[in-house]
Amino acid sequence: MLNIMEVHETNKMIEQEKLDVRTITMGISLLDCAADSVDEVCENIYNKITTYAKDLVSTGKAIERDYGIPIVNKRITVTPISLVGASSCKSSEDFVKIAHALDRAAKKVGVDLIGGYSALVSKSMTPAEEMLIRSLPQALSETDIVCSSVNVGSTKTGIDMNSVELLGHIIKDIAHATADNDSYGCVKFVAFCNAPDDNPFMAGGFHGVTEGDAVINVGVSGPGVVSRALDEAKGKDFEFLCETIKRTAFKITRVGQLVAQEASRRLGIPFGIIDLSLAPTPAVGDSVGEVLEKIGLEQVGAPGTTAALAMLNDQVKKGGIMASSYVGGLSGAFIPVSEDKNMIDAATNGCLKIEKLEAMTCVCSVGLDMIAIPGDTTASTISGIIADEAAIGMVNQKTTAVRVIPVEGKGVGEMANFGGLMGYAPIIPVNQTSCEAFVTRGGRIPAPIHSFKN
Amino acid sequence: MNKAIITVVGQDTVGIIARVCTYLSAHKVNVLDISQTIIDGFFNMMMIVDYSNTDKEFGEVVDDLDKLGEEIGVRIRCQREEIFTKMHRV
Repeated sequence: MLNIMEVHETNKMIEQEKLDVRTITMGISLLDCAADSVDEVCENIYNKITTYAKDLVSTGKAIERDYGIPIVNKRITVTPISLVGASSCKSSEDFVKIAHALDRAAKKVGVDLIGGYSALVSKSMTPAEEMLIRSLPQALSETDIVCSSVNVGSTKTGIDMNSVELLGHIIKDIAHATADNDSYGCVKFVAFCNAPDDNPFMAGGFHGVTEGDAVINVGVSGPGVVSRALDEAKGKDFEFLCETIKRTAFKITRVGQLVAQEASRRLGIPFGIIDLSLAPTPAVGDSVGEVLEKIGLEQVGAPGTTAALAMLNDQVKKGGIMASSYVGGLSGAFIPVSEDKNMIDAATNGCLKIEKLEAMTCVCSVGLDMIAIPGDTTASTISGIIADEAAIGMVNQKTTAVRVIPVEGKGVGEMANFGGLMGYAPIIPVNQTSCEAFVTRGGRIPAPIHSFKN
Repeated sequence: MNKAIITVVGQDTVGIIARVCTYLSAHKVNVLDISQTIIDGFFNMMMIVDYSNTDKEFGEVVDDLDKLGEEIGVRIRCQREEIFTKMHRV
């Protein structure tokens, strides 16, 4: 039978250490919504989402109440819209109509965000995919909760440099279209390499074509819980440290598994995966940066950061894998600068630089995330950053991503504020040496060799 | 059997258990076990209950006990047992 100390430990995690389920995400296939006219597609999409997800938010709240565990977000992911709209959209404006339909449907059912205004172009773009990408500045500035992603490369296909080059310009245009709001539109867009089909987190979540008609995926959180657990490990060796992280990750993930199974049962929709990521928030004590500092760094960004992060990421997975029947999504420690108090501090005082962040992305999920850069950064430099990050993913057979915000009208040292969970970030310097001749060559970088790995 | 865990945390005063049990008996929630201790200087009480026969929705019991806690000046939580068993039992 349970004892009072175990019950106290769980409730302390929830009340003091900010343990929560970060998101219940319902994936919905929209492949059957394709039609001849764009208005018909919009209507089909609206009807399907508002039917399938009508009870998602109320079910999430009921689970929250029954178990006493906060469920911070309820979200929806859909089939990449470039596929759904391909038969009917004749222009970028047509795609924007679909973005509005997604926005309306998501607001109707009361979810926080909807992801999947996406294109998968890892080899090259179809006309529809290019139209969708070109529609992004308008789509993301005119809608509120629609999130978008573009997969520009994969280990099997290489990197489509035409779309990488185009995205540099598009990200600048999104920043310009939402300039009044610290270029907030860029927060809702991410460029991927090796994007997973079942990611419940935003902005990069979409419902892949390999998925079924509908699915429930859950993302857990809990850097605060890991951080408090590490207080016990102070001065101890790596064996003790790793055991502590694994044990904690197991406990956190079991809560996610329980919530996922319960949501799946109540909604009558199959359970997909648990995403084992440690997702920080800007709140004090809910920081991956703090965990790294407790492992032994004076501040994130110091030498040793990459090794500490690699170890943390691996132990979280080892602990979490056994706690869940299916694991997927991104599954790793997130390092979104603007959403993590200790990373914000380290970036502000110059200890954490973009080059170190890039190195960190080699060993963790998911990439250069929520980084505010100067508004005058050129489109080709942004393309260069995306290409570098995609190359890391392609060669290392892992997911990598770029979500940078070139904050229009602001320069190094100024702050950008995105509000709520998206947080705030100092604008950090970017190496502005030109890579224009590289990114404008055209064509694609071939897939890497899969042997002779040295 | 549908088990839930009720926890009470706060300053110890006369009649906390009595008032919680009065509510539970009025709504046919059966108490299976009670234990209490002091953690970090606070009074902690835990009850394991069976709510299979209750005349209320489980969510209403959660809300009612939360309100009762506010009246008494302590924090009362009622949670389905699985969140604890899943976390602490393999």
